[in-house]
Amino acid sequence: MTAKIITVTSGKGGVGKTTTVANISVALALEGKKVVCIDGDIGLRNLDVILGLENRIVYDLVDIVEGRCRTRQAMIRDKRLPDLFLIPAAQIRDKNAVSPSDMIRLCDELKPEVDFILIDSPAGIERGFRNSIAPADQILIVTNPEMSAVRDADRVIGLLEADGKNPPSLIINRLNPSMVRRGDMLSMEDVFDLLRIDVIGIIPEDENVILASNKGTPLALDGKTKAGQAFRNISRRLNGEQVPFLDLNHQNIWDRFGWRR
Amino acid sequence: MNLFERLIGKKSAKNAKERLQLVLIHDRIDLTPLAIEALKDDLIAAISRHIDIDPANVKIEIETEGRSQRLVADIPLRSTPRRRTG
Ligand SMILES: Nc1ncnc2c1ncn2[C@@H]1O[C@H](COP(=O)(O)OP(=O)(O)O)[C@@H](O)[C@H]1O
Ligand SMILES: [Mg+2]
Repeated sequence: MTAKIITVTSGKGGVGKTTTVANISVALALEGKKVVCIDGDIGLRNLDVILGLENRIVYDLVDIVEGRCRTRQAMIRDKRLPDLFLIPAAQIRDKNAVSPSDMIRLCDELKPEVDFILIDSPAGIERGFRNSIAPADQILIVTNPEMSAVRDADRVIGLLEADGKNPPSLIINRLNPSMVRRGDMLSMEDVFDLLRIDVIGIIPEDENVILASNKGTPLALDGKTKAGQAFRNISRRLNGEQVPFLDLNHQNIWDRFGWRR
Repeated sequence: MNLFERLIGKKSAKNAKERLQLVLIHDRIDLTPLAIEALKDDLIAAISRHIDIDPANVKIEIETEGRSQRLVADIPLRSTPRRRTG
């Protein structure tokens, strides 16, 4: 095995990176892949609660880097999905405790043992972002269909270009189809037109995302919600499958006749 | 804005897209609209040293193709030949 390393980043905070990492990790594990996700947001640990694993943390990323534990000891195995592991972030204040080369070293160690490594990047373009993208084979940019999220995504894409990274792919999260229909929200086509990178997924705005985070059971665990299905589709695309985008427009009859604006 | 849009009120997504298109152009080249005006003035001054141009109708635009941009200058020349003395 040699893992594919996927980093999820965005520039702007609160657009859905952690939600995306949790759900794609779960979806990949459901497909029988061995997955390790790493919370790269030092000082603002969150991936643990979204996955519902917060009560099982003993060691964290900084403990690994500083040699207080073996990598294995900091990997929390998800009891629902025995092939899914989490390496939690530390809740310390020193954001410089981890360097890009620490991340590369850690991923090199994990690589032979798993199929996918997913890294949850913090917001911003500083150290935590640099750490998170350093080992990446593929980068997913999460954005929302609104001004500041799209602008920040463009900044990050520009930085990755300047760094000579592989072209990233785009996830458009929190799309509200009825607002798009009214002409009051940027559509997938608009966002693509602006950013001009490959779109790998569109996730609708869905209150089930919050219910799922309340319970610590990511939506992708069952395929019943649109958002959960959308995340599962992304994981299949990451596996090289051609999967059409979900039809998010079927709320009312007018849509079937293509009535728009 | 056409008449129809004016009557019904322009859709906000269209507004967002147009504003973002401009913001992204300037973010990517790291030049503000004012800095581009200054560049235009410098360009006019430099070219005028060699050839007679019509400075009022010079157009400088940033064109976008995919994620790459190019600076496109449209510089009309004066038809009357410039007299050089000395
Ligand atoms: N598709 C969605 N629909 C509704 N709420 C969402 C969606 N995606 C994310 N959220 C909510 O947005 C907030 C920020 O999400 P999070 O994944 O923590 O963002 P980030 O990691 O980028 O800061 C959370 O409260 C989350 O529940
Ligand atoms: Mg987060």
